Amino acid sequence: MRRHRWLMLLMLVAAAVALGACGSDDNDNGGDGGATTGDQAASAIKEDPANASTTITVGSKNFTEQKVLGEIYAQALQAAGYKVKKELNLGDEKTAHKAVKDGQIDAYPEYTGTALLSFFGYKSNKLPKNPTKAYQAAKFGFASEGLTAFPPTPFTSSNEVAVTKETAQKYGLKKISDLSKVASKLTLYGSPECRQRLDCLLGLQQVYGLKFKKFVPVDIALRHEVLNKGQADVSIVFTTDPQIKREGEVLLQDDKGMFPPYNSTLVMRNAVAKKGGTKLNDLITKVNKGLTAPAMQELNARVDLDKKTPEEVGSEYLSESGLTQ
Amino acid sequence: MIGLLAQLHIRENPTQSCEADNGFCPDWIAHNFDRYVDPFFQHVYLTVVALAIGFLISFGLAIIAYRRRWLINPVTQVTGILYTIPSIAAFFLLLPITGRGNTTALIALVSYVLLIIFRNVLTGLDNVPDETRDAGRGMGLTDRQLLWRVEVPLALPEIMAGLRIASTTTVGLATLAFFAGAGGLGEQIFSDITFKSNVVVAGGLAVLLAAVLDGLILVAQRLVTPWTRAVAAR
Amino acid sequence: MTTTTAALGQFGDAIDFIFNQHESPSGGAQVGGLSKMWDLLWPHLKLSGAAMGVACAVSIPIGLWLGHIGKGGFLAINASNVGRAVPSLALIAFFVAYIGVGFTNLMLALVLLAIPPILTNAYTGVRQVDRDTVESARGMGLTGAQVVRRVELPLALPLIFGGIRISAVNVVATATIAPLAGVVTLGDPIINVNTYGDEGRLAAAIVVALLAVVTEVSLGAVQRAVTPRGLKIQRREATP
Repeated sequence: MRRHRWLMLLMLVAAAVALGACGSDDNDNGGDGGATTGDQAASAIKEDPANASTTITVGSKNFTEQKVLGEIYAQALQAAGYKVKKELNLGDEKTAHKAVKDGQIDAYPEYTGTALLSFFGYKSNKLPKNPTKAYQAAKFGFASEGLTAFPPTPFTSSNEVAVTKETAQKYGLKKISDLSKVASKLTLYGSPECRQRLDCLLGLQQVYGLKFKKFVPVDIALRHEVLNKGQADVSIVFTTDPQIKREGEVLLQDDKGMFPPYNSTLVMRNAVAKKGGTKLNDLITKVNKGLTAPAMQELNARVDLDKKTPEEVGSEYLSESGLTQ
Repeated sequence: MIGLLAQLHIRENPTQSCEADNGFCPDWIAHNFDRYVDPFFQHVYLTVVALAIGFLISFGLAIIAYRRRWLINPVTQVTGILYTIPSIAAFFLLLPITGRGNTTALIALVSYVLLIIFRNVLTGLDNVPDETRDAGRGMGLTDRQLLWRVEVPLALPEIMAGLRIASTTTVGLATLAFFAGAGGLGEQIFSDITFKSNVVVAGGLAVLLAAVLDGLILVAQRLVTPWTRAVAAR
Repeated sequence: MTTTTAALGQFGDAIDFIFNQHESPSGGAQVGGLSKMWDLLWPHLKLSGAAMGVACAVSIPIGLWLGHIGKGGFLAINASNVGRAVPSLALIAFFVAYIGVGFTNLMLALVLLAIPPILTNAYTGVRQVDRDTVESARGMGLTGAQVVRRVELPLALPLIFGGIRISAVNVVATATIAPLAGVVTLGDPIINVNTYGDEGRLAAAIVVALLAVVTEVSLGAVQRAVTPRGLKIQRREATP
């Protein structure tokens, strides 16, 4: 009897604290439970002096989510005692991949789907649709290049085909194949490398047979701007973009299954990964645990909408998740 | 279960704020002004150093060409070409030779300034009235004394005018210096080109810098040549 | 020594890029070669030409008129000073942030960039016409507009073309950063180097530099051609 009451009390306290965390004001990092300092310390990253002899250069690609992820990993590694250098905002996936193979950087976060399509030559119809299988395939591919792909994040952030609400209503668009009748009247705006990617324009042409009136390359950072200011009829966006909800953009369903899963995996050169050993693996896994799709969208929102720097936001993620003090 | 209590605070509703609208937000600017400080000083560094080096080189060239007239044409042609080449092209033409960084940016910025100063110094010296030169020679001044004690001082208004033009254009060109890997306010503009607050502050600081430099040189001109009225803005 | 040979090698690759098409470093698209370079050059010329056309149509009449009536001098002369102080990147960014991306918006920004030198020079060009010449023309019974058209304009042409020359080079240079505003010009290989590769970027830099020099030289020739012979017009340009 007594034991049950003690357990119930504990659960009530836990529920109260969780509710308190959710209900906080919007510009406050209210995620700190406070009552469980003991557990917080347990999940916090411990600085290991043995790591100080290892220098890790963390890179990233050239859009918000990548910069935030780069910062998160860089700061987490730093908290664990590694010497960390940052070379974020390198460029597109080919540039980053080349940089890590050449040793210019030691690690960067890549997406499983992107790796399969852009590096390992998977054709759209052979892509694994299951996130775990996609990760295994990517990990195998990277291993043959002397790179270690750490366990992936829970979130997957896919390329998506987006139109405004008005466009969707005007042409009755719900799925990507609905575009085949009207594509010749529409302009598509995408990143410069979109023209060559099977999970972008090239894929839309090959898998869906879409012929757009015009493709205009724009900087990735403008992908929502061009759509909402009326320049682009169709734009390529990412699932975790906060602007989708904010502007009420319509994402067209990928009915032919062109887009693979895109979980993020930290890709690191074998030599460096070996030095970190299993402790490094555990660290990355711990950092990844909180990176769900809603979390990633929140982090992106803090940079794109609240105009904070990726460095600040990366630090906020780590401290709000209890990984750093 | 209990270990997951510490987690990222996720907001439910889409953000409604001035920044999220990419608007002009005085509050945001006040809170985030420090991110413009370093780029501003990088910008000042690039501008001032480029002006100083460019001035020294072209002033020297002009003094030499003043006496050896055959030099004027070739120097004008060469500096003219350097002046015409767009700075952004110049950064990447230099890249294979000098790599990324301040050096490349400075070389391109200096080469742009050369024609302006060279031409203005020469014009200023040429415009010294013949009677004044004769008077100087009549007083027994040597050529060198004539140059430094009479001709250069009288050429100062023209020289300063050239310096003012050079300084404002250099500030403008230095905004592109980040393409060469040299930082500056342009990097800030580029980092969020759709955010009105960012564009206005970074761009505004550049314009302010140009205006301040222009004013400082004007003041210096008035101090150094009290016998002339300021030449009309050119 | 190795840096020099390496540099020469890079320039060689860049020249090769201009003439020969090859696959982009990321694979999947063709870049380089004369026709692809033309696909970049033509929008560049179109944008610059359109902006210059509008700028001339706006500033020359206004500058001529202000010079003719002798008013608005402060504005006309300082237009150039103010214009010089605004960096081209800031102007483009301002337009993108406040008005949006696209050809028309970008062209408007370039028009604003091009107006000051033309306006200042048109004004100054008319002001420096010998007053006696103007007086005698009026004495012959010419109306104001006729004086402008038949006397002041021809004599102001050299300075006007000087201003056009300055603006044109400026516009051609600034059109290089047009890709930031969503218009693909010769600046695309410079800004989006991943698609074109390092040799593509260097190739574009070379072509942009050549384009600017050609613009300068050809407009300079026009300027010399319109300078009346036998008239000693002192080469005092209002702006360099």
